[in-house]
Formats: sequence, C-alpha cells, structure tokens
Amino acid sequence: MVNIQGKSLLGLQGVPREEIELILRVAKKMKAVVKSDNKKLSLLKGKSVVNMFWEPSTRTRGSFEMAAKYLGADVINFTPRGSSIQKGESFRDTLLTVTAMGVDAIVMRQKQEGSPSFAQRCVDPIIINAGDGAHEHPTQGLLDMFTIQEVKGRIEGLKVVIVGDIDHGRVARSNIYGLKTMGADVHLVGPRTLLQPELEAMGVTVHYDLKEALKDADVINVLRIQKERQGIGFFPSAGEYNSLFGIKKDRLKWAKDDVLVLHPGPMNRGIEIDSDVCYSEHSSIQEQVMNGVSVRMAVLYLTIMGGDDVDITR
Amino acid sequence: MTLLVKGGRVINPAMQQDEICDILIENGKIKEVGVNLTADNAEDVFDASGLVVAPGFIDMHVHLRQPGQSGKETIETGTKAAAAGGITRVATMPNTKPVIDSAIIVDGLKYKIEREAKVKVEIIGAISKGQKGQELSAMGAMAKEGVVAFSDDGHYVENSDFMRKAMEYASMFHKIIIDHCEDDNLIEGGNMHEGVVSNELGMKGRPAVAEDIAVARDIFLAEATGTPVHIAHISTKNAVDLVRQAKKRGVKVTAEVTPQHLIFTDEALRTFETRYKMNPPIRSDIHRDACVEGLVDGTIDAVVTDHAPHEWEEKDQEFNLAPSGFVGLETSVGAMLTHLYHTGIIDLMTMVNVMSTAQAKILGLDAGVIAPGKDADLTILDLDKEWTVDSSKFYSKGKSTPFDEMIFKGKAAAAIVNGKFVMKNGEVL
Repeated sequence: MVNIQGKSLLGLQGVPREEIELILRVAKKMKAVVKSDNKKLSLLKGKSVVNMFWEPSTRTRGSFEMAAKYLGADVINFTPRGSSIQKGESFRDTLLTVTAMGVDAIVMRQKQEGSPSFAQRCVDPIIINAGDGAHEHPTQGLLDMFTIQEVKGRIEGLKVVIVGDIDHGRVARSNIYGLKTMGADVHLVGPRTLLQPELEAMGVTVHYDLKEALKDADVINVLRIQKERQGIGFFPSAGEYNSLFGIKKDRLKWAKDDVLVLHPGPMNRGIEIDSDVCYSEHSSIQEQVMNGVSVRMAVLYLTIMGGDDVDITR
Repeated sequence: MTLLVKGGRVINPAMQQDEICDILIENGKIKEVGVNLTADNAEDVFDASGLVVAPGFIDMHVHLRQPGQSGKETIETGTKAAAAGGITRVATMPNTKPVIDSAIIVDGLKYKIEREAKVKVEIIGAISKGQKGQELSAMGAMAKEGVVAFSDDGHYVENSDFMRKAMEYASMFHKIIIDHCEDDNLIEGGNMHEGVVSNELGMKGRPAVAEDIAVARDIFLAEATGTPVHIAHISTKNAVDLVRQAKKRGVKVTAEVTPQHLIFTDEALRTFETRYKMNPPIRSDIHRDACVEGLVDGTIDAVVTDHAPHEWEEKDQEFNLAPSGFVGLETSVGAMLTHLYHTGIIDLMTMVNVMSTAQAKILGLDAGVIAPGKDADLTILDLDKEWTVDSSKFYSKGKSTPFDEMIFKGKAAAAIVNGKFVMKNGEVL
C-alpha cells in the first residue's frame, strides 16, 4: 500500500510513480467536491496549515488556501511584510516560531532554490514546496499531469513539449521530473540562452526550432516569459521572442490535430502565447486552475492523513 | 633545550630521503639527522617509531580573518586549528576588514601574531588598495615588513593591464602574485558549478570556462612579462591543462589545489547544504579527476585548504544566501591520507612535498626541509590512526565542513615548531 503520510513534498525529482498515481487518483475525487454545491469537508478538521509565501503569488497561494479550507483545516497566511522577517529574524527562527504554534503542514514559496530542503532540516511539520526559485514547483507539475490525464486519458507515451524559459523555470523542472516518471516523451524548446543542452542528461530532447519540436506533439506546455529578461542578453525583444517561439493558432498545425495547450499562468498574451490559442478549444488553461485546487487538496490530505484513498462522503 | 625525535620514518622530499632515522634538535634548530643519536636526558626523547616524520606542513592559503572579523576566526583560534591539524606554518589572506594593503596593517598584525600565534604565520598582502582592482597596494612597504606574496583572493583581478603592472611591480621584491581565477561576468549570480547538477536543481552556475579564461589570461601575462604567477585553488580540467602546457614552455606558473576539489563532486550539492558551498565551486567528476591527475604528474605544486571560517549563523541559511567557504586546517592531513595516499593515488613523498617542501619553495621560505641548521619545524604523522571528524571539537571558530562525520585513516600525531611541541595526539599544547 502506498502511503505518503508525514512525507514532505520538496519536488517531483525522485518521487516514485505509485505516489504520483495516488495523488492524481485522490485529486480526481477531490475535483468532484470542488465542482459540487457543498465543498466543505471535514477531512482535515482540527489540523492547521500555514502558507508562508516570501514571493508574491495570487493563484498558488489562493489555491492552497482554498484547498486547505475545503478540507476543513485551519489556515493562516504568513507574509514577510509586517512580520518578524522584516525585523531581521532568521529563516530558521521564523520556521521554529511557526512550528511552535502547532502547525501540521507548512506550504512555502521562497526565492532561494533549496529553501524547502533547509526548512525540512530545521523543523518537523510537513513541508510542501509551492515554488523555490528556479528549482521546483511540484504541485504545478502534478496539476499539469492531472490535466493531461483528464483530457488525454493517459500520460505514458505522450509527446509533451515544454516551450520557453527552461533555465529559470521551476514549472519546467517539476514537469520534466513528473512526466519522465510517468513515461511521457518530453521535449524542450526555447532560446539557446534560456535552455542549456546539458538538460538532455535528464532524459529529454532539446530543440531550438519550434516547428521541429512541435512535430507530432500531444501536449504543449507554454511557460511564462519574464519580460525582464529581454534586452539583457537572453533575447533581444519580446517581439522577437514571439516571432520565434510564440504559440500561435497557425503553428498548432505543426502538432497533432488534437493537441492540448497548457499554461501555468499568469500569461503574457501576445508574447509566449497568442489570444486565439489560449481561448481556443485546444486550451485547458482555465481548467488547470480548478485542477490546481483539487491536486493541492489531495496533497494536503494524503501527506497529513495518509492512506491510499479518500472517502469524500464523510 | 634539546629534543630527540627517535626512530621515525623520515620523509624529506628536498633530499628525496625516506629512511628510519633520528633527528636531534637543539635551541629550536635541527642539529643533526642520523642513526643512533642520543640525548643527555631520557625525558628529551620522543619515540617516533611507527610514525612518519616530515618537514613541518605549510598551508599557504588560509583566512585567519584578522583584522576585523574576529567573530569568524582569530590569530589564536586559527593557529590552534593549524597546530591541531599538524600544520606548522600558514599564510593568511588579506581579504580582511580593513584589507591588508598597507605596511601599518601588516605591522599591527605581526604584533598580534607574535603574541597569540601557536604556529608560524606568514602574511599575504593585497595586490590592490581595498582589493578593488584599481590602484596598487603599498607593495614595497609591505614587502619590507615581510609579506610573502600578494593576492586579491576572493576576487579575480579583472583588469588585465592592472594585473600586468601588479605582476611587474611585485617582481622587484621577488614576491609572487596569487590570483583567484574566475571571470566576474561569467559567474555573476552563480553559487555552484554549472553543469548537469545545477541544471537539475535550477541553480545559476559558475561555469568552468570562467576559470579557464582567467587562468589563461594570467599565464599569458606571466609569459609576456617573465614574472611569476601562482594560481589559487585550481579546479577545472582546462585550467590544469593550461598550467601543464605553460610549465613545458618555461612559464613561471605554479598552482595549488584544495583537498575538497580533489575529493568531492557537485553531486554532493543536491541537498543544498551550505557546508559544500565554496568558490571556485566543487565541480563535476571530470574536473575533479583532472585535478587529481595534475597533482600526480606534478602540474599542481601544492595542496592548501583555503580554510575559510564563518560564523554559525552565517552558514545556517539558505544555500544562495550563505557565504562561501569552510574550514579545513583540522582535516587536510586526514583527508589527504585517507583519499589520496591510502587509495594509492599519491605516495608519501609526493604528499609531503605538496603539503610542505614545494610550498616553501613557491613562497621563497627557508623551510620545508629537514637538515642541520634549519628551524626545527616538524609534522609527525600516524598513517593508520582511524578517527571520525567531529566539527564540534574543532579549535577553529568555524564549524562548517563537508568532511564532518567522515571516517579518516591517518592523522597528524604531533607538530613541532622551533623545536617545541605545539600539538600532541590532537591536543594543542
């Protein structure tokens, strides 16, 4: 029996297939709850979750907060502004303080890669990584896989193309690890300055030509391009990025007819993705948001309560 | 004051000597080296049978942090750490607060060393004022005060014209320039080796090419000016190759490597532990193996620690935020014996040479040799002593080390400075 009770989710690298399948299976049941009239469960009644977000985030933080509340947990949000962090408290001491309040799980987003590993060495509660620098964003990886499985019925054997800034992309890395474990054929494409060929060591195929990369693609996962990177050597302008790597309606024909388009948001429409794609029948971008809540419910429930299934009739 | 070190296996690279013999010390100097030597009093005899007796080990790249950073280390704690590790002489780097860039700072430091140091301490002056890479430091005045070399360690001397002038100017005083070779632009924002592991972790890397370019520049400057340059903590395959080729051409280039660059690879960084963070970074296996090869074939002249203590709170942070560097003086002998000697990679003569004799030669010191008339500085090794590294017991104020909790085979059993024991069985006296 697979059981991830008490386990932190620092990333998808090294997470076994059975555990990913368990989370996706439970997330499916959670989604039924999210879509129902009465969303409030009491599965995590008496448990507490703290959201510690050192970086601005609307959807991920909101998604985790909703997920915990739907499950009946108590949630507090902790932000550096106005907290002891601003008074110079160390990361370790902040974690110890929050832990001493009796929390069961800490959901954290941090600018520094590896912060969740550090946190796990400091304190006992379950650590859920909600994004650490350019390292990983495991629940985003899981919700992307959930969406793919929901639309395509499977993940194994599908050609998934991740487009954009891979080097600075935590979403990219979590997708790569999760998708590889689930047996997908993963391809990466983007400017050479944002995509190192060494990444092929991860068992993926690297391309620098969008048309070549999209050939026979089942899924295109479009990453957000940070405008700050233009003009400082990564690429000359957003316009040039769009002309080389932008996902446009007439480029979808390079992929399979039923290609699925994903984007973790927030989108820069007109740069990495055009409006006629993100609102088309190929896109599941809005569905991803609902799936995000479902997957996070599954992760919180399974890591805090354990078990290899969930009974949502309770 | 007499001391007879009796029956040890003397390894003395300067004379290619490897034999069991006695060393008679009088008034801090070696009086005689030979067999069946006797002392007047039995209490003056140290039985070294079963042990190796070597010229006092030198570590020409350490950070004793004074002046200005006594929270990290002091002359007293740093030299106690050296004695505990069997190192009888260190050279301390000038990236202090203030930077060691003038004669008066050297003078003040010498006063402190005289009163507090357990082992001999050499001072390395800065190349540039404030280590800013723009104006020459007071090289002549510092040379007069006895500094052994110049370095802006911690920073690469970015401006090639300035570096050329520094090399030329320093050569008038017969002092070497030691350069920390990493091109600033290529490493900006990076905290670990760029490669497969950094890509997997999403970490900005410090690529090997940053060091390759910097080492190539320094070698060509040394060749063009005919002045010497010493490459600090070499760590890349191409840099080792460049030094190898340059030596063949007769360029006055020497190089040092640290035990950590000979032993670890960047695989260790997957846990994001700050005790593996240093500059240049611990690199991938091809670079590590190239450094080992360079040490074996003589391309690399010296093994140094880059002992870089920090306060506990500074290292107890997320990887990107913690300062680079960790302590090494109390582990270098154990690490080298365990991973390089007992594995058959280098022989004892080579190890003693790179940790003593060769370093004395690079710095122009009258040391690193066991011979009548020389200062009686000796490092005594117990090759087979098994022990576990315990950073909580370090004499150094710094406790961060990738070697913590590792089991070593081989240790410094005693250290003698000017004919007096400064350490016996790990206890600093």
